[in-house]
Amino acid sequence: MTVQTAQEKAKSEEWDPKIIAFLCNWCSYAGADLAGVSRIQYPPNVRIVRVPCSGRVNPYFIIKSLTDGWDGVVISGCHPGDCHYISGNLVARRRFAILNELLEFFGIEPGRVNFMWASAAEGERFAVLIRKATEKVKALGPNKKFEKKW
Amino acid sequence: MGIETKNQEIEASMREIARSLLSEKNVDVIIGYTKGTVPMSSSPIMITKVEDVDKLVWNNLCYVNLAKYLVPKIPQLTDPEGGNLKIGIVSKGCVGRALIHLAVEKQINLDNIKIIGIPCNGIINRKKVEKEIGEREVFEVLASGNDIVVKGKNFEEKFPFDEYINELCKVCKVKSPPTKADLTEACIGECQEITSVQDDFADIAEFEAKTAEEKWDYIKDLLETCTRCYACREACPMCYCNLCFVDQNKPVWFGKTTDLSDIIVFHLIRAMHLAGRCVACGACSSVCPMGIDLNIITRKLEKIVKERYNFTSGIDNKTLPPMMAFKMQDSEEFMLEED
Repeated sequence: MTVQTAQEKAKSEEWDPKIIAFLCNWCSYAGADLAGVSRIQYPPNVRIVRVPCSGRVNPYFIIKSLTDGWDGVVISGCHPGDCHYISGNLVARRRFAILNELLEFFGIEPGRVNFMWASAAEGERFAVLIRKATEKVKALGPNKKFEKKW
Repeated sequence: MGIETKNQEIEASMREIARSLLSEKNVDVIIGYTKGTVPMSSSPIMITKVEDVDKLVWNNLCYVNLAKYLVPKIPQLTDPEGGNLKIGIVSKGCVGRALIHLAVEKQINLDNIKIIGIPCNGIINRKKVEKEIGEREVFEVLASGNDIVVKGKNFEEKFPFDEYINELCKVCKVKSPPTKADLTEACIGECQEITSVQDDFADIAEFEAKTAEEKWDYIKDLLETCTRCYACREACPMCYCNLCFVDQNKPVWFGKTTDLSDIIVFHLIRAMHLAGRCVACGACSSVCPMGIDLNIITRKLEKIVKERYNFTSGIDNKTLPPMMAFKMQDSEEFMLEED
């Protein structure tokens, strides 16, 4: 089996971004479920990882995903004030704000890592936001900055 | 008045304070700077006897952040039963800030510590001077008037002091240790009362205006030579984790190679860990064997916490650092929203 480099992948027309989504168990995961049972169409590029809370998402997860070759990352949790653990998403929000600025400062294109809130009742919103995130990542092309040479 | 006379005055008063602290048994040990073994350097020293006080020096080469020696607790700083010794610590502005921040994080107890405050006027950027000197042999480096004088074999060169100090010292706003009203007991020597720091961060505005590609190229060029020796981590007073994330091997989070991807991940996560904690002492850049100047990342961190959470680390021992706290109304303009 030959290994495709990122450039080759970009050239090949069938390139489609792979996006990893960390969804909180209590809101966004249920929101994704609602989008599913309501038969709302959203791009199949996202692969979902269920986490207990958006506060569980360590910045390592996000950067590790990028180094492992995911083209985009989505992190979604409960709206502020709705956290199952009272303040998990508020703690996470500060962390993400700083990580987001640092990523931009290091030259990672804005839009590669996306943060959002989606509650369990917002299947429609979840689908819209995922569509938006996927479009953003598609416009940016394959993630090759963190690609290892060896 | 030239820098050298000012330094001599500071040195004399510092020794005087140290002598009286030790002879009156107010402290058991004094941590300070002494002359380095090679030119253009200084070493940290721990003094327990009054007669050794004259070994203490103060000049513009004292780049180590001495707060590093308090955390984790090292055997020299504990009595035979493992209890706390009373410590006097020679502090320029950034050492004082580090001490206050470490106290906020409950790593040290300021009751046992006497801060010997020193007004610092900038640390010589050794990498920059070394670059100018090249291969020539240096005997002595000293500040004189408004110049840095480098004396060596068959040559003597002068560099303007203001240009050849660390980038962080050029924009430093806290020259001597900050004290709040309730900390004045711990502070001796020259300390200043400071409640907030005003900064416009003009020095990184140019970099921030660049496009993502340009930024990435800059960061790539900057960090390319990093050998992952972790000298920056070892010199940092805030890096006191028992197990650093790069040393974790169950599971291995990040590669240990010197591939660019691994290097940038290390510096990115280290920056993340220092957000709201970094006291901008510049020790990481000073000790880098490859001469990498990390000040641009340091400044960015300062800017983020200042602009987002109006926080400056190590000024106030009552306010919680931003990463330890949260507010319902924190800004979230970066979050994805429906149109």
